[in-house]
Amino acid sequence: MLDVRDLSIAFDGRQVLERWSLHVDHGETVALLGASGSGKSTILRIVAGLLAPDAGTVEIDGRDVSRLPTHRRDVGLVFQDEQLFPHLDVARNVEFGLRMAGVGPAERAARVDEMLALVGLEGFERRRVDKLSGGEAKRVALARSLAPGPAVLLLDEPLTGLDRDLRERLADEVAAILDRLRTTAVWVTHDESEATRVADRIVRLAGSSTGTGSTEGGST
Amino acid sequence: MKHLTIAATLALTVAACGDDSDTAEPGTVTLVAYESFPSGDPANPVRVALDEFTADTGIEVEILIAGDTGTMLSKAELAAGNPEGDVLWGIDNTFLSRAVDAGIFEPYEATGLDRIDSSFTALVPNGEVTPVDFGDVCVNYDVARLDAAGVEPPRTLRDLTDPAYAGMLAVENPATSSPGLAFLLATIAEFGEDGWEAYWEDLVANGVVAVDSWSQAYYEQFSWAGGDRPLVVSYGSSPPFEVLFAAEPLDAAPTGVVADTCFRQIEFAGVLRGTDAPDAARRLVDFLISERFQREVPLNLFVFPVNPDVELDAAFVEHATIPDAPLALDPALIDDRRADWIDRWTAIVGR
Amino acid sequence: MDGDRRSLNRLPRWFVAAVTVPPAAFLVLFYVWPFATLMGRGLSPGAIADTLARDATWRVAWFTLWQACASTALTLLVGLAPAWAVARFSFPGRRLLLSVLTAVFVLPTVVVGAAFVALLPSSLDRSVWAIIGAHVVFNIAVVVRVVGAVWEQLPADLEHAAATLGAGPWRTFRSVTLPLLTPALTAAGAIVFLFTFTSFGVIRVLGTVDRATIEVEVWRRATQLGDVGGAAVLALVQLAALAALAVVTAAVQRRTATTIDLATGHRARPRGRQRWWIAAAVGGAFAIVAVPLVALVERSLRPAGADGYSLDAWRSLGAAEIRPGLRISVDPLDAIRTSATTALWATAFAVLLGAAATIAITALGRSGRALDTGLMLPLGTSAVTIGFGMLITFDTPPVDWRSSWWLVPIGHALVAVPFVVRSTLGVARSIDPDLRAAAATLGAPPVRAWTTAVLPALRRPIATGAGLAAAISLGEFGATSFLSRSGEETLPIAIERLLGRTGRLFQAQAFALSTILAAATVAIVIAVDAVGGDRARRS
Repeated sequence: MLDVRDLSIAFDGRQVLERWSLHVDHGETVALLGASGSGKSTILRIVAGLLAPDAGTVEIDGRDVSRLPTHRRDVGLVFQDEQLFPHLDVARNVEFGLRMAGVGPAERAARVDEMLALVGLEGFERRRVDKLSGGEAKRVALARSLAPGPAVLLLDEPLTGLDRDLRERLADEVAAILDRLRTTAVWVTHDESEATRVADRIVRLAGSSTGTGSTEGGST
Repeated sequence: MKHLTIAATLALTVAACGDDSDTAEPGTVTLVAYESFPSGDPANPVRVALDEFTADTGIEVEILIAGDTGTMLSKAELAAGNPEGDVLWGIDNTFLSRAVDAGIFEPYEATGLDRIDSSFTALVPNGEVTPVDFGDVCVNYDVARLDAAGVEPPRTLRDLTDPAYAGMLAVENPATSSPGLAFLLATIAEFGEDGWEAYWEDLVANGVVAVDSWSQAYYEQFSWAGGDRPLVVSYGSSPPFEVLFAAEPLDAAPTGVVADTCFRQIEFAGVLRGTDAPDAARRLVDFLISERFQREVPLNLFVFPVNPDVELDAAFVEHATIPDAPLALDPALIDDRRADWIDRWTAIVGR
Repeated sequence: MDGDRRSLNRLPRWFVAAVTVPPAAFLVLFYVWPFATLMGRGLSPGAIADTLARDATWRVAWFTLWQACASTALTLLVGLAPAWAVARFSFPGRRLLLSVLTAVFVLPTVVVGAAFVALLPSSLDRSVWAIIGAHVVFNIAVVVRVVGAVWEQLPADLEHAAATLGAGPWRTFRSVTLPLLTPALTAAGAIVFLFTFTSFGVIRVLGTVDRATIEVEVWRRATQLGDVGGAAVLALVQLAALAALAVVTAAVQRRTATTIDLATGHRARPRGRQRWWIAAAVGGAFAIVAVPLVALVERSLRPAGADGYSLDAWRSLGAAEIRPGLRISVDPLDAIRTSATTALWATAFAVLLGAAATIAITALGRSGRALDTGLMLPLGTSAVTIGFGMLITFDTPPVDWRSSWWLVPIGHALVAVPFVVRSTLGVARSIDPDLRAAAATLGAPPVRAWTTAVLPALRRPIATGAGLAAAISLGEFGATSFLSRSGEETLPIAIERLLGRTGRLFQAQAFALSTILAAATVAIVIAVDAVGGDRARRS
């Protein structure tokens, strides 16, 4: 499904990744666990095409996307700080990807309803995004990324900034959603318990990561 | 009243920073002049002459630059009766009537006025102002360029509508430029109130270009100075200056003047009504038309002296054109009709 | 904000008064009063009826409006690419580009206009496109600076988010970047509109007989025709139009304003294909502004016309006599000195009054807005009306100041103060109130707490404002030529005077002086940018 092969990248002379590989099965959620600076966000950005690696390839569904720009890769990315479009309301944020894909208005509206229901935000369509609480903003960000139905969903520390209770509750909810939609996902976190909660499998990243990292089974 | 209190406070504060030079003592006169009057350089011959006046009479002369002629006159009108200075230099015959009607001057018959040509003094029968210099606005041509094109220089205003000179002439906008107005007046003097508009339509058909100021016409349009048109409305004194102020000394003037297109501009000076130093002001006017001052006029103000005793510089005698019978119009008529003429001119040329 | 903190820690009244009174008095004394006096003298029912009934008035108003709209639209369009390059990337010459753009912005129009004409193909040099083109050259800096400053702080991840949702570069720009830049574009557009609507020099250099702005027509009526009444009516029409603009701008900005967590300015090093785009954007902007500047230098080196190059004009700058017995009645070195002195005083006035005004505006809260707006008014008011107003207002003791040396720097300060206020106000408002609170809890009384928290933060923006004020004073022409002066000529006036003479040496000297003026301005702007650092990086 997602195949990352032999990624290498260095910043300012520091080798962050060297010949690093990862395979994610269809419908599987893999947690990338590591301390800050271990390169986990870098991997997501490379997969999304926001960053060009020094070497290595990315394949999605057996298709080499290494040379494609971000918008043609069919990946979704949930940003750590959401990056909701401040000039659009909740519904317009969620339907953004559908518009880009040329989906008609009726279908868009239905899909927005469906997505907002999925993340538990019915009735939030016309809300301004700068008036949302932290947890609500995270849910909108997730709905927005899921709406176009990407082949792979990338989540970059999606629960940071929330208090512990909410984080745990939301982690369970999101994991359930990903499971229900059978989404292929890579979830980056530095929190061991969060990784255990959400992932089918955990991949640990050391300070400088080589090989395939140590893989262990996770609980769901 | 509140304003005044604040004003007074500020006046004290700010005046403490520097001397307030406006309070003229009896021994000082302020000469208000247009912007091309030499003012900054203490060694300028005009300044030196004024310093000699000071040495002879004990009267100090301060020069106050008030903008172009129109601006200077408007300021004087606004301040009529409570003037900025004591003597004003540089109202020309196109503005004369407006200035006299506005009552900004105090009549005075200067010592030495009888020596000045009556064609100048006749314009001010009541002696509100005194003629101080004159010059002519004429079509200039680029000698070499016309030569290369194989055409003779034009001889009359009518010639300018000849297809041989198509696209060759640059003029100034009479609404914004003094030579532009003078040239428009030349055509009105030549073709009359009934004929000048038809003449300008012919000029437009022959490709005349009109620009906002003399410097644009001369420096951007005139082929001698970098443009591509060999004919331009400029001054009768432009050729000698091309000789005198050339980068490399020249023997022959590179430009010439079409004498029959010349319109005469006469400039006047006068005592400003409401001056607090009337006697000193009058003595300065006397001095301004004396031989001593008038001989500095050509090379520093680029116009001709009205005092017949002045001997002109050789370059002037050789290269300047002083037409015997320049075109002229009655100043009162000019003042009366100016705005309308300009509007009609704009309608023709601005299309 | 201070207005909301009705606490015991409020600034004492005497302090607020001390910062409010000087700028307010300055505005009333040197702007409101002279302007009102002139209006009182000129306005009459007859003048109003006459002027408004004249076809020419409406022709002028229409031309003023449409050329300002066209110039503004084109400047925004042309400025967008360099704004993007400057905001998003670091590349060699970035600072130089910003400085050169700004220097052109403050150069006298007479000079750049003349060089501009020399460059245009003659088929274009009398067309309205020459005017609009010159307006673009002059104002592109406004767009690059104002829009660039916001663009720099837009989080790149917002655009990345759009990309992960399937938006290509163009759609990302259209549906995310552009809407978020709208407030900045509105602000830049409003400034450019203000400058092009009141355009004077460019129109006089490049206009033709039937193309005048209201500002030019005010000047023509007041000075050439002696019609002060008509001039007063037109000046009011202009002010009213700009007041309408201010209302519209404020409304647009309110409607489009969005809260963005501004990122700290992170400029990337360009990679791959980006390099070509950036090179095109930067090269284009450089060419647009540098070409007239290079033409200046080139013409200063050609005193003998097309015949060849020499340094004669430069060498003769300091010489009193260019040939035995022949003197140039403009003293270029003296003009440089006068310009420097005037700029120094104007900067001092503008900085002191502008900084006081900024403090007053923040301290007064809602009523501070009136002062803010009032200080902007001189920018929209015809220079000739202010000049003439001063002339008839300050003519009797104790305010007979008509020929006082400080009137010209005061006139410059009127135009420069709004720029000082604009560059400091944002910073003053963004200072965290808790900083003051912290000082207070450590035992500082209100004024002390205030100076501790606010003054250090204002140092840099004040330096920026000072640089702008100096550059504005160096290049200011309009007001200067209407204010009384006793033979003291600033550089732009000396240049204009040299260009008004016959003789090639004069002309080459004028271009040499213009080169000096341009170089001085570039130097000031570079210095200011260095001191001001990246002002964008504020909390």
